[in-house]
Amino acid sequence: MPVAVRVIPCLDVDAGRVVKGVNFTDLVDAGDPVALAAAYDAEGADELTFLDVTASSGDRETTYDVVRRTAEQVFIPLTVGGGVREVADIDRLLRAGADKVSINTAAIARPDFLREASHRYGAQCIVLSVDARRVPGGAEPTASGFEVTTHGGRRGTGIDAVEWAERGQELGVGEILLNSMDADGTKAGFDLPLIEMVRARVDVPLIASGGAGALEHFAPAVERGADAVLAASVFHFGQLRIGEVKDTLRGAGVVVR
Amino acid sequence: MARVVVLDYGSGNLRSAERALRRVGADVEVTGDFTAAVECDALVVPGVGAYAACMEGLRAVRGDRIIGRRLAGGRPVLGICVGMQVLFDRGIEHGVETDGCAEWPGTVDRLRAEVVPHMGWNTVRAPEKSVLFAGLDPDARFYFVHSYAARTWELNPEPPMIPPLVTWADHGGPFVAAAENGPLAATQFHPEKSGDAGAQLLENWLSASV
Repeated sequence: MPVAVRVIPCLDVDAGRVVKGVNFTDLVDAGDPVALAAAYDAEGADELTFLDVTASSGDRETTYDVVRRTAEQVFIPLTVGGGVREVADIDRLLRAGADKVSINTAAIARPDFLREASHRYGAQCIVLSVDARRVPGGAEPTASGFEVTTHGGRRGTGIDAVEWAERGQELGVGEILLNSMDADGTKAGFDLPLIEMVRARVDVPLIASGGAGALEHFAPAVERGADAVLAASVFHFGQLRIGEVKDTLRGAGVVVR
Repeated sequence: MARVVVLDYGSGNLRSAERALRRVGADVEVTGDFTAAVECDALVVPGVGAYAACMEGLRAVRGDRIIGRRLAGGRPVLGICVGMQVLFDRGIEHGVETDGCAEWPGTVDRLRAEVVPHMGWNTVRAPEKSVLFAGLDPDARFYFVHSYAARTWELNPEPPMIPPLVTWADHGGPFVAAAENGPLAATQFHPEKSGDAGAQLLENWLSASV
């Protein structure tokens, strides 16, 4: 039996609270990331991702506290991203109890940050988060047709997203978190061509993200080469349950836990 | 209550191991102190990252001596992930060979699979008499995250010596997922991150240790 495909819920955390609507039954405080993390663990989540969207760096201490409290209660892997700019940030997150740290914008500004991070902490805990979109009409096209974006997909960089993922692997990251900014929020399914193109170029694990809206959306992402599937709002709103996603994947012949 | 030390030699996330052991009823101290680590009821040697860096950190707290002295006294040691790998003779990463603690013969080298690191939940094949996996469902999955492993097991003594119990997993081929050799045990996966199955394994280890 091969390693199981992971189903990963992602929580956006702002100053210690979950943002984006959360409609989770049986939770006393649906805005508490620690309570949500425990609920997802109980539902069979294979891993958890926190995306720290805290704007002010002064409030960042609350994120470390959330990570600490989550690690006390939840015994599955925890990845934390958002605002990771220097080695000291990684160090703090790992010490708080994160198992992996995802890096996005800081690596675009300085790719060697990935090399340094991987060298120091090991490839297994450094994730490159790539926010990709199709290059809009009028802009300079890239070889793959996809470019890396910043600012939540609003700003294009002109960097080829597929080449960037490959570069990340060369620089030592142990995993790629591939977010389709075109599919994100549409609930129309994952961006399958994007997943397929990146899979063809990297052999580290690949997490597909963006676009999940129905149970039948997950298996095609795995067929195109995703090792893990990530979603946020469909889980938070209780629209899809982790268990249902796994049952559907299992029905499609995918190995899940 | 079992007094457990999680050996702190500057390697990664120790909090998870500490919490998971506490969850199964251990009195846990995270320290690099030589005497505390030698004298506790049970010692956990964690480890993440590069083999060479882990060995350097381990030697800096005389971790190899700590392990050796405990084993000479029949006192339990559990290596986790790279904390297991350093128990072998040597590790080879990026063509660089590093001496390990040499408690077990053999070499740790790169997995040969389509996707590396091996990251996620996988099943294992435990031998019948295993203490670590006692009572666990044969389909139970454990959380792995590693690019290197012992792909062979070389310690197979003749009777009356007791052969170690070796548990295997597959990722592009078989590798050692766990080994039980008298007071020395180790897992390539992370029991502290493997939910209820991992907690059961830690509990099994603790009960057999004290």
